[in-house]
Amino acid sequence: MKHFAREALVTSAPFLLLAAAWEAVAIAGIFPEKLFPSLETVFDTLVSLALSGILWGHVAGTIVRLALGFLIAAAVGVVAGVLMGRFQVVEELFLPAVSFAYPIPGLAYAPLFVLWFGLGDLPAVLLVGAASCFVIILNSWKGVKAVRPLWLRAAEVMGANERQMFWKVMVPAALPYILNGLRLGLAQAWRILVIIEMLMAVERGLGWMIFGAREFLNTDVMLCGVLVIGIVGLLLEKQVFERIERYTVVRWGMLTA
Amino acid sequence: MSSALLSRSFWRGVAGLVLLLLLWELFARSGLFTQALTPPLSRIAKVAWRILLDGSLLTNSAYTLTRVLAGLLLACLVGIPIGILMGRFRAVERFFLPLVSVAMPIPSLAWVPLFILWFGIGEVTTLLVVGYAATFPVIYNVWTGVRAVNPLWMRSALAMGADHKQLFRSVVLPGASPYVFTGIRLAFGRAWIAVIGGEMLANPAAGLGRAIFDAREFLDSEVMLASIFAIGVVGIAFERLAFQFVETRTVARWGMVAAAGGRR
Repeated sequence: MKHFAREALVTSAPFLLLAAAWEAVAIAGIFPEKLFPSLETVFDTLVSLALSGILWGHVAGTIVRLALGFLIAAAVGVVAGVLMGRFQVVEELFLPAVSFAYPIPGLAYAPLFVLWFGLGDLPAVLLVGAASCFVIILNSWKGVKAVRPLWLRAAEVMGANERQMFWKVMVPAALPYILNGLRLGLAQAWRILVIIEMLMAVERGLGWMIFGAREFLNTDVMLCGVLVIGIVGLLLEKQVFERIERYTVVRWGMLTA
Repeated sequence: MSSALLSRSFWRGVAGLVLLLLLWELFARSGLFTQALTPPLSRIAKVAWRILLDGSLLTNSAYTLTRVLAGLLLACLVGIPIGILMGRFRAVERFFLPLVSVAMPIPSLAWVPLFILWFGIGEVTTLLVVGYAATFPVIYNVWTGVRAVNPLWMRSALAMGADHKQLFRSVVLPGASPYVFTGIRLAFGRAWIAVIGGEMLANPAAGLGRAIFDAREFLDSEVMLASIFAIGVVGIAFERLAFQFVETRTVARWGMVAAAGGRR
């Protein structure tokens, strides 16, 4: 018990120190209060935003958009990547184009998407999908290419047909790569979503909450937005992906936990 | 045989690109959108040529690339010392690791509106955002790299009478270098995204992101597409030329590539 308490203290020490520093600067009044609010103000704002339900509306908007965009990217990316890995013609046709498009930040297309699809949710979701699908394509492709030839030959010798070969050998073998691609894709989608919300003027969303608060100099609301974004990002990584990995890849014995 | 194979896959790659361009041309000329929004290739090429000749494309690329490099430098100045200290001293690790793992998942661009309030629009804000985006991959990889230095090397260096300085300079630094480079590469990718977003929102003097954003006002989709293409070209060229040049001069020469698990 004592050990646990000490552990908790050591972990929270940097945050306490940071908070104290912030408080000191805020109280000393180096910056105007409006621009550099004290932590109590930020905390009060956070509580009132949470109680009034405004915060949850924004969180829900962001998460729904993230999920939709990511689903598009995952569907397109995995299918395209697996096809590229399976069929050499597809690989040779599309690999150069994909490798060229991959390093271009999806954000660069944002103004173009606004021209094409207007403001709002549609271009935001499409752009999140477009921005995060390339890393999924490339990883799925690598995964299928990396299936051990020995397993393929063994399955062949044991009389597996095309379909069994695909579902029983290739998919489980390529899965660690595909999941890694999906994880990277989700992280990419997450990093870009917030600013897309700012540029696309969506109705509700954490990015929009931050952007809108700037107009009224509501620095406390902006800080709450950044804080909540950090928490959601951390939860995504810890809860969603580590869990998926545990249930599939680890159980099939492709990776040790 | 192998060169015949190479040329076949090369021509297929070319065919793939041509196919995509052809699809775009069909789409552009189909009238599904007006041609002002989806211009055909000939018009994009014409505009690309024009902004290449009047120098605006090069100026904007130079601005953007300079910002990325400055942000990367900032990230290295902050990230490499912190990463090394975290890897070497347990107390530093205990202090910084919680902070880093909370700050890392916050997209750097979420800070833009706040930074604008604090530092005004323009250069400072853009640089800070790029620096923020690039710092965390550097810290994380340097930290991992320092911890991944083979303990056997450290012990043998110590046994051969190396002092702390020598141990650091001749063993830890080269040993961690492949990770450091991976971190900087990763940071470059992040910085490249952040700089576009920063330029769109924080309105610095010039830059490719700014050019794209401004072109929207005039419905100038040719300029937008040409600039996007330029972003791709500059990004790839820099990644290929600069990074591989530096890597062959340092990490590969120190013989660390194979030791780090045989990349390439």
